[in-house]
Amino acid sequence: MNRRASLERSIRLALTAALLGTAPLHAETIKVTIDNFTFTPAEVTVKVGDTVTWTNHDDIPHTVVSAGKYRSKTLDTDDSFSFTFAAAGDYKYFCSLHPHMTGMVKVE
Amino acid sequence: MSFDDHDDSGLSRRKVLECMTWAGTGVLWTLSGGVPRSLGLVDAAKAAEQQATGLTFLQISDSHVGFDKPANPNAIGTLEEAVNRIKAMPKKPAFMIHTGDISHLSKAAEFDDADRIISQTRLDVHYVPGEHDFLDEDVKLYKERYGKGSRGAGWYSFDAGGVHFVGLVNVVDLKAGGLGNLGAEQLAWLEQDLKGRSTSQPVVVFAHIPLWTVYPQWGWGTEDGGRALDMLKGFGSVTVLNGHIHQVMQKVEGNVTFHTARSTAFPQPAPGTAPSPGPMKVEDARLRTLLGIASIDFKLGDERLAIIDTPLAG
Repeated sequence: MNRRASLERSIRLALTAALLGTAPLHAETIKVTIDNFTFTPAEVTVKVGDTVTWTNHDDIPHTVVSAGKYRSKTLDTDDSFSFTFAAAGDYKYFCSLHPHMTGMVKVE
Repeated sequence: MSFDDHDDSGLSRRKVLECMTWAGTGVLWTLSGGVPRSLGLVDAAKAAEQQATGLTFLQISDSHVGFDKPANPNAIGTLEEAVNRIKAMPKKPAFMIHTGDISHLSKAAEFDDADRIISQTRLDVHYVPGEHDFLDEDVKLYKERYGKGSRGAGWYSFDAGGVHFVGLVNVVDLKAGGLGNLGAEQLAWLEQDLKGRSTSQPVVVFAHIPLWTVYPQWGWGTEDGGRALDMLKGFGSVTVLNGHIHQVMQKVEGNVTFHTARSTAFPQPAPGTAPSPGPMKVEDARLRTLLGIASIDFKLGDERLAIIDTPLAG
Protein backbone atom coordinates (compact mmCIF):
# COMPACT_ATOMS: atom_id res chain seq x y z
CA MET A 1 0.00 0.00 0.00
CA ASN A 2 1.52 3.35 -1.03
CA ARG A 3 1.53 6.35 1.26
CA ARG A 4 -1.36 8.09 -0.43
CA ALA A 5 -3.58 5.01 -0.30
CA SER A 6 -2.53 4.48 3.28
CA LEU A 7 -3.44 8.05 4.16
CA GLU A 8 -6.84 7.75 2.47
CA ARG A 9 -7.49 4.54 4.36
CA SER A 10 -6.58 6.22 7.65
CA ILE A 11 -8.97 9.08 6.95
CA ARG A 12 -11.73 6.67 6.01
CA LEU A 13 -11.19 4.69 9.23
CA ALA A 14 -11.14 7.89 11.28
CA LEU A 15 -14.43 8.99 9.73
CA THR A 16 -15.97 5.59 10.34
CA ALA A 17 -14.85 5.69 13.94
CA ALA A 18 -16.23 9.21 14.33
CA LEU A 19 -19.57 8.14 12.90
CA LEU A 20 -19.92 4.98 14.94
CA GLY A 21 -18.12 6.10 18.05
CA THR A 22 -15.03 4.20 19.21
CA ALA A 23 -17.03 1.83 21.36
CA PRO A 24 -19.97 0.19 19.63
CA LEU A 25 -23.24 1.22 21.22
CA HIS A 26 -24.78 -2.20 21.01
CA ALA A 27 -22.06 -4.54 22.21
CA GLU A 28 -23.49 -8.00 22.55
CA THR A 29 -22.71 -11.05 24.63
CA ILE A 30 -22.50 -14.27 22.68
CA LYS A 31 -22.78 -17.57 24.49
CA VAL A 32 -20.69 -20.65 23.83
CA THR A 33 -21.46 -23.80 25.80
CA ILE A 34 -19.22 -26.71 26.63
CA ASP A 35 -21.08 -30.02 26.54
CA ASN A 36 -19.64 -33.45 25.93
CA PHE A 37 -16.11 -32.10 25.46
CA THR A 38 -17.31 -29.87 22.62
CA PHE A 39 -17.52 -26.10 22.19
CA THR A 40 -20.95 -25.19 20.75
CA PRO A 41 -21.09 -23.42 18.42
CA ALA A 42 -17.57 -24.31 17.43
CA GLU A 43 -17.25 -21.07 15.49
CA VAL A 44 -18.87 -17.73 16.28
CA THR A 45 -18.62 -14.43 14.42
CA VAL A 46 -18.83 -11.30 16.56
CA LYS A 47 -18.21 -7.56 16.24
CA VAL A 48 -15.37 -5.63 17.83
CA GLY A 49 -16.46 -4.81 21.38
CA ASP A 50 -18.63 -7.91 21.75
CA THR A 51 -18.14 -10.32 24.62
CA VAL A 52 -18.10 -14.09 24.39
CA THR A 53 -19.05 -16.11 27.46
CA TRP A 54 -18.14 -19.77 27.70
CA THR A 55 -20.01 -21.97 30.20
CA ASN A 56 -18.91 -25.49 31.10
CA HIS A 57 -21.78 -27.97 31.50
CA ASP A 58 -19.58 -31.07 31.71
CA ASP A 59 -18.79 -33.02 34.88
CA ILE A 60 -15.12 -32.51 34.04
CA PRO A 61 -13.22 -29.21 34.20
CA HIS A 62 -12.17 -27.47 31.01
CA THR A 63 -10.26 -24.34 30.04
CA VAL A 64 -10.54 -21.83 27.20
CA VAL A 65 -7.14 -20.79 25.87
CA SER A 66 -6.26 -18.68 22.85
CA ALA A 67 -2.47 -18.73 22.67
CA GLY A 68 -1.08 -15.32 23.56
CA LYS A 69 -4.55 -13.72 23.62
CA TYR A 70 -6.56 -14.96 26.55
CA ARG A 71 -6.65 -17.84 29.00
CA SER A 72 -9.46 -18.78 31.38
CA LYS A 73 -8.97 -20.23 34.81
CA THR A 74 -10.01 -23.84 35.16
CA LEU A 75 -13.77 -23.98 34.64
CA ASP A 76 -15.43 -26.52 36.89
CA THR A 77 -19.01 -27.61 36.24
CA ASP A 78 -21.27 -24.59 35.48
CA ASP A 79 -18.38 -22.11 35.73
CA SER A 80 -18.16 -19.39 33.07
CA PHE A 81 -15.45 -17.31 31.48
CA SER A 82 -15.96 -14.10 29.49
CA PHE A 83 -13.68 -12.19 27.17
CA THR A 84 -14.38 -8.93 25.36
CA PHE A 85 -12.83 -8.69 21.93
CA ALA A 86 -11.29 -5.26 21.30
CA ALA A 87 -9.66 -6.01 17.97
CA ALA A 88 -10.70 -7.72 14.76
CA GLY A 89 -9.17 -11.02 13.82
CA ASP A 90 -9.50 -14.78 14.00
CA TYR A 91 -9.09 -16.11 17.53
CA LYS A 92 -8.52 -19.85 17.53
CA TYR A 93 -8.82 -21.38 20.95
CA PHE A 94 -8.74 -24.77 22.65
CA CYS A 95 -9.04 -26.54 26.00
CA SER A 96 -5.53 -26.89 27.41
CA LEU A 97 -6.59 -30.00 29.34
CA HIS A 98 -8.27 -31.73 26.40
CA PRO A 99 -6.55 -30.24 23.38
CA HIS A 100 -8.73 -32.10 20.89
CA MET A 101 -11.41 -29.56 21.91
CA THR A 102 -10.99 -26.55 19.63
CA GLY A 103 -13.04 -23.53 18.61
CA MET A 104 -12.84 -20.20 16.82
CA VAL A 105 -14.05 -16.66 17.41
CA LYS A 106 -14.06 -14.48 14.29
CA VAL A 107 -14.11 -10.80 15.22
CA GLU A 108 -15.17 -8.38 12.48
CA MET B 1 -12.58 -64.30 35.46
CA SER B 2 -10.93 -64.42 32.10
CA PHE B 3 -7.39 -65.20 31.06
CA ASP B 4 -5.66 -63.66 28.16
CA ASP B 5 -2.77 -66.06 28.01
CA HIS B 6 -0.05 -65.47 25.49
CA ASP B 7 1.76 -68.68 26.23
CA ASP B 8 -0.38 -71.64 27.21
CA SER B 9 2.53 -73.69 28.46
CA GLY B 10 3.56 -70.98 30.88
CA LEU B 11 0.41 -70.55 32.90
CA SER B 12 1.29 -72.43 36.03
CA ARG B 13 -1.18 -73.85 38.50
CA ARG B 14 0.32 -71.50 41.05
CA LYS B 15 -0.45 -68.51 38.85
CA VAL B 16 -4.00 -69.67 38.39
CA LEU B 17 -4.43 -70.05 42.11
CA GLU B 18 -2.80 -66.72 42.71
CA CYS B 19 -5.26 -65.16 40.33
CA MET B 20 -8.15 -66.81 42.05
CA THR B 21 -7.13 -65.50 45.40
CA TRP B 22 -7.50 -62.10 43.88
CA ALA B 23 -11.19 -62.08 44.71
CA GLY B 24 -11.97 -64.35 41.78
CA THR B 25 -12.53 -61.39 39.54
CA GLY B 26 -9.11 -60.26 38.45
CA VAL B 27 -7.96 -60.42 34.89
CA LEU B 28 -4.65 -62.17 34.74
CA TRP B 29 -2.55 -62.15 31.68
CA THR B 30 0.91 -63.50 31.22
CA LEU B 31 3.28 -63.23 28.37
CA SER B 32 6.83 -63.99 27.40
CA GLY B 33 8.76 -61.30 29.17
CA GLY B 34 11.32 -60.95 26.42
CA VAL B 35 14.14 -61.41 28.90
CA PRO B 36 17.54 -62.45 27.54
CA ARG B 37 17.62 -65.46 25.26
CA SER B 38 20.71 -66.80 26.97
CA LEU B 39 21.68 -66.28 30.53
CA GLY B 40 25.24 -66.36 31.76
CA LEU B 41 25.99 -68.16 34.99
CA VAL B 42 26.00 -64.99 37.03
CA ASP B 43 22.80 -63.78 35.44
CA ALA B 44 21.17 -67.14 35.97
CA ALA B 45 22.07 -67.08 39.64
CA LYS B 46 20.76 -63.56 39.92
CA ALA B 47 17.59 -64.52 38.10
CA ALA B 48 17.08 -67.46 40.42
CA GLU B 49 17.46 -65.18 43.37
CA GLN B 50 14.93 -62.78 41.97
CA GLN B 51 12.58 -65.61 41.24
CA ALA B 52 12.73 -66.56 44.88
CA THR B 53 11.96 -63.06 46.04
CA GLY B 54 10.11 -61.77 42.99
CA LEU B 55 9.00 -58.21 42.55
CA THR B 56 5.40 -57.23 43.00
CA PHE B 57 4.32 -53.64 42.82
CA LEU B 58 0.94 -51.98 42.55
CA GLN B 59 -0.52 -49.45 40.21
CA ILE B 60 -3.22 -47.08 41.37
CA SER B 61 -4.60 -44.36 39.14
CA ASP B 62 -7.05 -41.53 38.66
CA SER B 63 -8.17 -41.08 42.26
CA HIS B 64 -9.79 -37.72 41.36
CA VAL B 65 -10.13 -36.81 45.02
CA GLY B 66 -12.72 -34.02 45.12
CA PHE B 67 -14.91 -35.51 42.38
CA ASP B 68 -18.53 -35.62 43.61
CA LYS B 69 -20.64 -35.78 40.45
CA PRO B 70 -23.36 -38.39 39.73
CA ALA B 71 -20.91 -40.91 38.22
CA ASN B 72 -19.55 -41.33 41.78
CA PRO B 73 -20.56 -38.85 44.48
CA ASN B 74 -18.04 -40.41 46.86
CA ALA B 75 -14.68 -40.72 45.10
CA ILE B 76 -12.93 -40.48 48.48
CA GLY B 77 -14.88 -43.50 49.69
CA THR B 78 -13.89 -45.66 46.74
CA LEU B 79 -10.24 -44.61 47.13
CA GLU B 80 -10.48 -45.74 50.75
CA GLU B 81 -11.92 -49.06 49.59
CA ALA B 82 -8.99 -49.50 47.21
CA VAL B 83 -6.54 -48.70 49.99
CA ASN B 84 -8.25 -51.18 52.31
CA ARG B 85 -7.80 -53.85 49.64
CA ILE B 86 -4.13 -53.04 49.41
CA LYS B 87 -3.77 -53.18 53.21
CA ALA B 88 -5.39 -56.61 53.21
CA MET B 89 -3.03 -58.12 50.63
CA PRO B 90 -1.39 -61.25 52.04
CA LYS B 91 2.04 -60.29 50.69
CA LYS B 92 3.10 -56.69 50.96
CA PRO B 93 4.01 -55.26 47.55
CA ALA B 94 7.41 -53.60 47.13
CA PHE B 95 5.91 -50.20 46.38
CA MET B 96 3.15 -48.49 44.45
CA ILE B 97 3.02 -46.24 41.43
CA HIS B 98 0.26 -43.68 40.96
CA THR B 99 -0.34 -42.74 37.34
CA GLY B 100 -1.88 -39.36 37.93
CA ASP B 101 -5.07 -37.40 38.50
CA ILE B 102 -4.54 -37.73 42.22
CA SER B 103 -6.87 -34.76 42.70
CA HIS B 104 -9.82 -33.53 40.67
CA LEU B 105 -9.09 -29.79 40.77
CA SER B 106 -5.57 -29.54 42.28
CA LYS B 107 -6.89 -28.07 45.52
CA ALA B 108 -4.61 -28.32 48.55
CA ALA B 109 -7.41 -30.01 50.52
CA GLU B 110 -7.82 -32.62 47.77
CA PHE B 111 -4.11 -33.47 47.80
CA ASP B 112 -4.27 -33.56 51.63
CA ASP B 113 -7.15 -36.05 51.55
CA ALA B 114 -5.41 -38.18 48.92
CA ASP B 115 -2.18 -38.27 50.93
CA ARG B 116 -3.99 -39.08 54.16
CA ILE B 117 -5.73 -42.06 52.57
CA ILE B 118 -2.95 -43.37 50.31
CA SER B 119 -0.34 -43.17 53.08
CA GLN B 120 -2.37 -45.75 54.99
CA THR B 121 -0.96 -48.37 52.62
CA ARG B 122 2.45 -47.74 54.24
CA LEU B 123 4.00 -48.18 50.82
CA ASP B 124 6.41 -45.93 48.97
CA VAL B 125 4.46 -44.28 46.19
CA HIS B 126 6.03 -43.07 42.95
CA TYR B 127 3.78 -40.50 41.33
CA VAL B 128 3.43 -39.00 37.89
CA PRO B 129 0.97 -36.13 37.36
CA GLY B 130 -2.27 -36.12 35.43
CA GLU B 131 -3.73 -32.97 33.86
CA HIS B 132 -6.00 -32.61 36.92
CA ASP B 133 -2.95 -32.21 39.16
CA PHE B 134 -1.75 -29.01 37.47
CA LEU B 135 -4.89 -26.88 37.80
CA ASP B 136 -3.89 -24.62 40.69
CA GLU B 137 -3.26 -21.00 39.76
CA ASP B 138 0.49 -21.12 40.32
CA VAL B 139 0.88 -24.74 39.15
CA LYS B 140 3.08 -25.49 42.14
CA LEU B 141 1.21 -27.85 44.47
CA TYR B 142 2.03 -31.05 42.59
CA LYS B 143 5.73 -30.23 42.30
CA GLU B 144 5.94 -29.22 45.95
CA ARG B 145 4.34 -32.41 47.15
CA TYR B 146 5.44 -35.09 44.71
CA GLY B 147 8.18 -33.60 42.57
CA LYS B 148 11.20 -34.00 44.85
CA GLY B 149 14.18 -35.31 42.91
CA SER B 150 12.34 -35.11 39.59
CA ARG B 151 13.19 -33.05 36.54
CA GLY B 152 11.20 -30.67 34.40
CA ALA B 153 7.49 -31.03 35.08
CA GLY B 154 8.15 -34.11 37.22
CA TRP B 155 9.87 -36.91 35.29
CA TYR B 156 12.45 -39.28 36.84
CA SER B 157 13.71 -42.84 36.87
CA PHE B 158 14.77 -45.39 39.46
CA ASP B 159 15.73 -49.05 39.74
CA ALA B 160 14.01 -51.69 41.83
CA GLY B 161 14.27 -55.48 41.85
CA GLY B 162 16.45 -55.46 38.74
CA VAL B 163 13.88 -53.47 36.78
CA HIS B 164 14.40 -49.94 35.47
CA PHE B 165 11.40 -47.67 36.11
CA VAL B 166 10.81 -44.45 34.20
CA GLY B 167 8.07 -41.99 35.23
CA LEU B 168 7.14 -39.60 32.42
CA VAL B 169 4.95 -36.48 32.23
CA ASN B 170 2.75 -36.09 29.16
CA VAL B 171 0.13 -33.64 30.44
CA VAL B 172 1.84 -30.25 30.09
CA ASP B 173 2.27 -27.85 27.22
CA LEU B 174 -0.43 -29.52 25.17
CA LYS B 175 -1.03 -28.12 21.69
CA ALA B 176 -4.40 -27.22 20.18
CA GLY B 177 -5.83 -30.12 18.26
CA GLY B 178 -3.18 -32.47 19.63
CA LEU B 179 -2.79 -35.30 22.12
CA GLY B 180 -0.62 -35.81 25.19
CA ASN B 181 2.87 -34.37 24.91
CA LEU B 182 6.32 -35.32 26.24
CA GLY B 183 8.32 -32.53 24.64
CA ALA B 184 11.90 -32.25 23.39
CA GLU B 185 13.51 -31.67 26.80
CA GLN B 186 11.99 -34.78 28.34
CA LEU B 187 12.78 -36.93 25.29
CA ALA B 188 16.42 -35.78 25.40
CA TRP B 189 16.53 -36.70 29.09
CA LEU B 190 15.01 -40.12 28.36
CA GLU B 191 17.59 -40.82 25.70
CA GLN B 192 20.37 -40.08 28.19
CA ASP B 193 18.65 -42.07 30.91
CA LEU B 194 18.52 -45.18 28.74
CA LYS B 195 21.96 -44.76 27.20
CA GLY B 196 24.47 -47.45 28.07
CA ARG B 197 21.87 -49.45 29.96
CA SER B 198 21.86 -53.21 29.39
CA THR B 199 19.09 -54.05 26.95
CA SER B 200 18.43 -57.18 28.97
CA GLN B 201 17.19 -55.11 31.89
CA PRO B 202 13.38 -55.01 31.95
CA VAL B 203 12.01 -51.49 31.66
CA VAL B 204 8.73 -50.20 33.03
CA VAL B 205 7.58 -46.83 31.71
CA PHE B 206 4.65 -45.14 33.40
CA ALA B 207 2.81 -41.93 32.53
CA HIS B 208 -0.72 -40.59 32.85
CA ILE B 209 -2.05 -40.43 29.28
CA PRO B 210 -1.50 -43.60 27.23
CA LEU B 211 1.79 -43.42 25.34
CA TRP B 212 0.18 -45.36 22.51
CA THR B 213 -2.69 -44.11 20.42
CA VAL B 214 -5.84 -45.54 21.94
CA TYR B 215 -8.44 -43.18 20.46
CA PRO B 216 -7.22 -39.84 19.07
CA GLN B 217 -10.78 -38.52 18.62
CA TRP B 218 -10.92 -38.32 22.42
CA GLY B 219 -7.31 -37.26 22.82
CA TRP B 220 -6.31 -40.69 24.12
CA GLY B 221 -2.74 -40.91 23.01
CA THR B 222 0.58 -39.06 23.13
CA GLU B 223 1.70 -36.95 20.20
CA ASP B 224 5.40 -37.82 20.52
CA GLY B 225 4.94 -41.11 22.41
CA GLY B 226 6.33 -42.95 19.38
CA ARG B 227 9.68 -41.24 19.86
CA ALA B 228 9.94 -42.54 23.40
CA LEU B 229 8.98 -46.02 22.23
CA ASP B 230 11.64 -45.89 19.50
CA MET B 231 14.26 -45.37 22.21
CA LEU B 232 12.97 -48.50 23.96
CA LYS B 233 13.03 -50.72 20.87
CA GLY B 234 16.33 -52.39 21.71
CA PHE B 235 15.17 -53.54 25.13
CA GLY B 236 14.02 -57.11 25.55
CA SER B 237 11.16 -56.37 27.93
CA VAL B 238 9.27 -53.11 28.04
CA THR B 239 6.05 -52.53 29.97
CA VAL B 240 4.10 -49.30 29.55
CA LEU B 241 1.62 -48.51 32.32
CA ASN B 242 -0.87 -45.67 31.93
CA GLY B 243 -4.10 -44.30 33.37
CA HIS B 244 -6.30 -41.43 32.14
CA ILE B 245 -8.91 -43.52 30.32
CA HIS B 246 -10.42 -45.09 33.46
CA GLN B 247 -10.65 -48.61 32.05
CA VAL B 248 -8.43 -51.59 31.42
CA MET B 249 -6.99 -51.79 27.96
CA GLN B 250 -4.02 -53.80 26.86
CA LYS B 251 -1.93 -54.44 23.82
CA VAL B 252 1.26 -56.33 23.07
CA GLU B 253 3.46 -55.13 20.26
CA GLY B 254 6.79 -56.88 19.85
CA ASN B 255 8.61 -56.61 23.15
CA VAL B 256 6.35 -53.87 24.44
CA THR B 257 3.36 -54.53 26.63
CA PHE B 258 0.88 -51.67 26.98
CA HIS B 259 -1.61 -51.57 29.80
CA THR B 260 -3.99 -49.02 31.27
CA ALA B 261 -5.39 -49.23 34.80
CA ARG B 262 -8.84 -48.61 36.15
CA SER B 263 -9.61 -45.46 38.11
CA THR B 264 -10.60 -45.60 41.76
CA ALA B 265 -13.07 -42.73 41.18
CA PHE B 266 -15.34 -43.17 38.16
CA PRO B 267 -15.46 -45.17 34.93
CA GLN B 268 -15.25 -43.72 31.44
CA PRO B 269 -16.86 -45.18 28.32
CA ALA B 270 -15.11 -47.47 25.87
CA PRO B 271 -13.75 -45.52 22.90
CA GLY B 272 -16.49 -44.20 20.64
CA THR B 273 -19.36 -45.71 22.63
CA ALA B 274 -20.57 -42.37 24.04
CA PRO B 275 -20.77 -38.77 22.81
CA SER B 276 -17.73 -37.89 24.93
CA PRO B 277 -15.11 -39.45 27.21
CA GLY B 278 -16.72 -37.84 30.28
CA PRO B 279 -17.56 -39.73 33.51
CA MET B 280 -19.87 -42.67 32.82
CA LYS B 281 -22.86 -43.04 35.10
CA VAL B 282 -23.72 -46.69 35.70
CA GLU B 283 -26.09 -48.42 38.11
CA ASP B 284 -24.81 -48.24 41.67
CA ALA B 285 -24.40 -52.00 41.80
CA ARG B 286 -22.08 -51.94 38.80
CA LEU B 287 -19.85 -49.04 39.81
CA ARG B 288 -17.36 -51.01 41.88
CA THR B 289 -16.88 -53.59 39.15
CA LEU B 290 -15.50 -50.80 36.97
CA LEU B 291 -13.15 -49.27 39.54
CA GLY B 292 -10.00 -50.89 40.87
CA ILE B 293 -6.26 -51.27 41.06
CA ALA B 294 -3.58 -53.32 39.31
CA SER B 295 -0.86 -55.56 40.67
CA ILE B 296 2.23 -56.15 38.55
CA ASP B 297 4.37 -59.21 39.10
CA PHE B 298 7.86 -59.75 37.77
CA LYS B 299 9.32 -63.19 38.08
CA LEU B 300 12.39 -62.97 35.94
CA GLY B 301 13.28 -66.62 36.35
CA ASP B 302 9.88 -67.53 34.92
CA GLU B 303 10.41 -65.20 32.00
CA ARG B 304 6.96 -63.94 32.78
CA LEU B 305 5.36 -60.69 33.64
CA ALA B 306 1.85 -60.68 34.97
CA ILE B 307 -0.55 -57.84 35.48
CA ILE B 308 -3.57 -58.54 37.57
CA ASP B 309 -6.39 -56.02 37.45
CA THR B 310 -8.61 -56.21 40.47
CA PRO B 311 -11.93 -54.38 40.61
CA LEU B 312 -13.24 -53.11 43.94
CA ALA B 313 -16.12 -55.58 43.64
CA GLY B 314 -16.80 -58.47 41.39
